Amino acid sequence: MEQFFQHVVNAQILGGTYALLGIGLTLIFGIMRVVNFTHGELYTFGAYMLFMFVMLLGVNFFVGILLAIVLGVILGALIEITLLRPIRGADIDTTMLVMIGAWIAMQNLEQLTWSGIAKSVTAPFPSEPLVVAGVSVGWDRIFVFASAIVLIVGAHALIHRTQLGKAMRATFQDRETAALMGVKINRIYTATFALGSGLAAAAGALLAPVFVVYPTMGDMAALKSFAIVILGGLGNFWGAALGGFILAFVEEFGAGYLSSGYRDAMGFLLIIIILIFRPTGIFAQKERIG
Amino acid sequence: MSRLAALAVVAFFVSLPLWMTDQYFLHILIGTGIFTIAAMSLNLLLGYTGQLSLGHVAFFGIGAYTSALVSLGFDVTLFGWTVTLAPKPVWFAFLCGIVMAGLAGWFIGKVSFKVRGAYFVIVTISFAEVVRLVALNWIDLTEGPMALNNIPPVTLWLPWLGEKTFWHKTPNYYLVLVIAVIAFEIIRRLVQSRLGRSLVALRENEPLAMSVGIDVTRSLVVATIVSAAIAGAAGGLYAHYIRIVDPDVFLFIYTVTMVIMVVVGGKGTLWGPVVGGLLFGILPDFLRDMAAPEVQWIIYGVIMIVIVFFLPQGIVPAVNGWLRSLGTAVRGATAAKEDRA
Repeated sequence: MEQFFQHVVNAQILGGTYALLGIGLTLIFGIMRVVNFTHGELYTFGAYMLFMFVMLLGVNFFVGILLAIVLGVILGALIEITLLRPIRGADIDTTMLVMIGAWIAMQNLEQLTWSGIAKSVTAPFPSEPLVVAGVSVGWDRIFVFASAIVLIVGAHALIHRTQLGKAMRATFQDRETAALMGVKINRIYTATFALGSGLAAAAGALLAPVFVVYPTMGDMAALKSFAIVILGGLGNFWGAALGGFILAFVEEFGAGYLSSGYRDAMGFLLIIIILIFRPTGIFAQKERIG
Repeated sequence: MSRLAALAVVAFFVSLPLWMTDQYFLHILIGTGIFTIAAMSLNLLLGYTGQLSLGHVAFFGIGAYTSALVSLGFDVTLFGWTVTLAPKPVWFAFLCGIVMAGLAGWFIGKVSFKVRGAYFVIVTISFAEVVRLVALNWIDLTEGPMALNNIPPVTLWLPWLGEKTFWHKTPNYYLVLVIAVIAFEIIRRLVQSRLGRSLVALRENEPLAMSVGIDVTRSLVVATIVSAAIAGAAGGLYAHYIRIVDPDVFLFIYTVTMVIMVVVGGKGTLWGPVVGGLLFGILPDFLRDMAAPEVQWIIYGVIMIVIVFFLPQGIVPAVNGWLRSLGTAVRGATAAKEDRA
């Protein structure tokens, strides 16, 4: 039973960062119709930035996380302006190919800059884990979970409580009408991409002290984000948040009770099941079915 | 391209081993040929249906593993059942690889074309990852990271020559060339058939295609099966030429290589993947001394972006366009001269 609760706690913590990744990707897809293959690289970027600030420049850990997120937002905005703005209105395949090119270039740039050797980041938390009723949780993991929840709530507030968020939602519903009402569509796109990228960089920075940092770490993160977004339905905020937790639970229990070698295959199994029985995602509202 | 030009290209490649004595370059060409076949199969989906299969390496790898396993024989225990297979001749194993890859294509197409949009891309990319995990973890069958070794080379009965085992580079080169020509012909006939026209119709305007009675989902699934089967054939060739298969055949980077070949060469054209395949099959070897692999990949990523920005149709349609406008210009100039005379 204790083992069971241990898995539940582990899944919660993993789920928080999965949710961040999924929300970032689903926002970008929902509003811009872009399948963002650089998402995993933003995750990697966040992790390396934290490594650079904390381990190389000696910046305070929490400040380092904030800086990593800010840089992720800036990098996202740059990608949007330089790569996506010139091909606005192109079909989904075209943008996809550009994003794949960017993904490959970014990943190898990271490999070139940081070498292939894995790096680790030490976090300023007590090494003694918190033990409650036989279930132990590291303080670093508690911090990851709490931060993820704060960021999810923050992103939701940004979308539902601010003028920018209102414009984003308007663009999501009907781009032409929003533009007619004076919404600056280009700015909304840049803001959306920057926000999604910031969330991915945040996930990477938060998980850097828990795992290790290496150049191809983003591939798995990107694959999982895709699975999460399909689970929740493309473009669905709460779908992605819940999808993140569902994927984490399935992975954690699948790895714990079935086979740890297939841990990373669980997401795919979920996708297949979802596509067979409920192709528009668990929390579907719209998306054409053929 | 005209039939004559096609024949000239084939004749050039047939004559190549006669004057090209550099065995290493022949090896590079065999690898290039195998990848070009895979790129042609990817083009059938990406170019003619507009569906990007980002896990194409899965079909390639399934073909390679199936062909290798059937020719080596295996025995595995699954849920208490023991399945034993004695080694089979390579040609039979090769066909099994094609069939298995086709079946995988059928499954993926069936599941992911229930919904349009980004789903096919995501399903294929995750499928490739899962197949890689299976190859890595199902050690009883696949030897996992230890790889399948000593895969027998192709043995064929040839007219006038009798039974031959393809130990050397030259026969393997011709084998790859023959399969490449067959794959090209299959794709050409398919694309110019009723099915091919309906694929292009649905790429351009799906609701319209549906309204004139095209069974859109079925057409897409059929295209996926054919594409996967050809990729599986390329995988089989790879397995019996390199003679070792490990889970790294499923690496995403190989799919990206195929995508770059198709996009740069010209998607939706028959010759695009051939041109792209030759370019990106041979180029890395020349760049090897000049740039580290990471730098090469950065360059490829940038090339892909640049091509999409400035030459969205790829090299082949662009060159065709130039030739045509050059032709018009020449004809115009001649006409002008005749006018003056």
